[in-house]
Amino acid sequence: MLNFILLILIYTGIYALMAIGQNLITGYVGLLSLTQAGFFAIGSYVTAILSVTYGIDFWVTIPLAAIVAGFFGLVIGLPTLRLKGDYLAIATLGFGEIVRNILNNWDKVTNGPMGIQRIPMISVFGVRVSPYEKWGFLVLVWLFVLVGYLLFERLAKSRIGRALEAIREDEIAASSMGINTTRYKVWAFVFGAAIAGVAGSLQAEFILSVTPGAFTFMVSIMVLCMVVLGGMGNFKAVILGAFLIQFISYFPQLVGLSNVIPPQFKQILFGLILVIMMIWRPQGILGRQKRIAPGSFFRKGGRS
Amino acid sequence: MILLETTKLTRAYGGVVAVSEVDFQVREGLITGLIGPNGAGKTTLFNNMTGLDTPTSGKVHFNGIDITNHSAHKICRMGIARTFQNIRLFKELSVLENVMVGLHFTTGKSPVTGRIGAAFHSYLRAREEYELMHEQAMKWLNFFHLEAFADELAKNLPYGHQRELEIARALATSPTILFLDEPAAGMNPFETDSLMKTIRRIRDLDITVVLIEHDMKLVMNICDTITVLNYGQNIAQGTPAEIRHNPKVIEAYLGKEEA
Repeated sequence: MLNFILLILIYTGIYALMAIGQNLITGYVGLLSLTQAGFFAIGSYVTAILSVTYGIDFWVTIPLAAIVAGFFGLVIGLPTLRLKGDYLAIATLGFGEIVRNILNNWDKVTNGPMGIQRIPMISVFGVRVSPYEKWGFLVLVWLFVLVGYLLFERLAKSRIGRALEAIREDEIAASSMGINTTRYKVWAFVFGAAIAGVAGSLQAEFILSVTPGAFTFMVSIMVLCMVVLGGMGNFKAVILGAFLIQFISYFPQLVGLSNVIPPQFKQILFGLILVIMMIWRPQGILGRQKRIAPGSFFRKGGRS
Repeated sequence: MILLETTKLTRAYGGVVAVSEVDFQVREGLITGLIGPNGAGKTTLFNNMTGLDTPTSGKVHFNGIDITNHSAHKICRMGIARTFQNIRLFKELSVLENVMVGLHFTTGKSPVTGRIGAAFHSYLRAREEYELMHEQAMKWLNFFHLEAFADELAKNLPYGHQRELEIARALATSPTILFLDEPAAGMNPFETDSLMKTIRRIRDLDITVVLIEHDMKLVMNICDTITVLNYGQNIAQGTPAEIRHNPKVIEAYLGKEEA
């Protein structure tokens, strides 16, 4: 039981990283992107291929995973970010599917649908962090979440965050205020992609194998649900959202009802959550966070 | 001295020619009015000069530099600011933050890491930068007597104040030219009067003002020179007195008298 709760918390951490990235893109810049699964997959495969095929250490592969995912964020961001709203959603959705299909069919590198197994475990100063001993892995994952949270929170609270919010509120007015809207949108996309790459890398190390089947469109939807449920524009809220969504998805197993409640049930539930939230609490559970002067830790106030 | 100038500027949307070979000049230090009936192409001309739209043909020069194909943010950084006919505030940001967005590009760039790197400066330095921006932003809010609303969301301001805030935000970019697109639209006579005073105060800051306006009282009172557009063409320019008696202008507004 405890092991299972730890497992949920580890997944919460991995998804929280993706949700933090999604929050920057959707919550701050207001871009409806549905492609976190694609960057997640890229991060996973970078770590898997580099560590299995080339024997490179995890600590080298993780920044590379972030860089490669970020690079793909740049590559698809440049052409698609001129699109708005639903058009952007469709274009980014397409990218996620392309990634999955490439992973599925590029046998030489990705080993096709079989995926890559026997990924070497992480070691920290010679101490092995095995996914079977969940406490250690939990701490490791949440350290990444903490660093990611601090970096993104800082970025969003700075003048950059203000510029991003201005773009969300009115892109034309923002560009007329001297803000290079294209550059900021692409950068936000790159940052969001990079952190999803890190999440992917951790996921590969946790499962110790990667298969294309793990990176379906449903993953992107789950991440979006986490952001909407927790509260767009609030990094603490999206971490809460990540926990709630993970908890809900594993709830049947947790209470021992997995043979009664079919796994498809959670998809129905996600849909239901989105509809309910949109009607009664569109700002999410915690709502948007007000930007305050930097350095003032104790003057926090929510805005709903 | 001519600060900004369009030469034979044409903007066609398919077969519809919104602006046709317009030569328009803005002289330094003067308040220039741009008037004309609805659909005359005034806003289109504004958009083409501020980079939100690109002319089909013709040129725009600012201080002798060709800015015809510059993007909006680049033009703003060169010193041309504007407001919009249908107010475009950042509604979910506070009044103060709206002005701070206007200050964005003039401040806080690290020479090594650029603006994004500067976001990760030490808290102490970030705080310092914030205080500096805050001070400048408050200066502009004070200019419009909006300081009491600083922490309100922009969308909660009364309409007249929203128009003022949009001007404050534009002024925060420290422009040489300020374009105002129908600043008095929807204002009552009292608010229009105060707007007139404000525009004069802006001119006194050595900022050249160009405005589109339908309120003739305002235009005739404060403009030093007026250009009249009709069906996308420049039909007259001159002082308010000249424009008032120009037969072409009277015809454009009132129609031709039957012979």
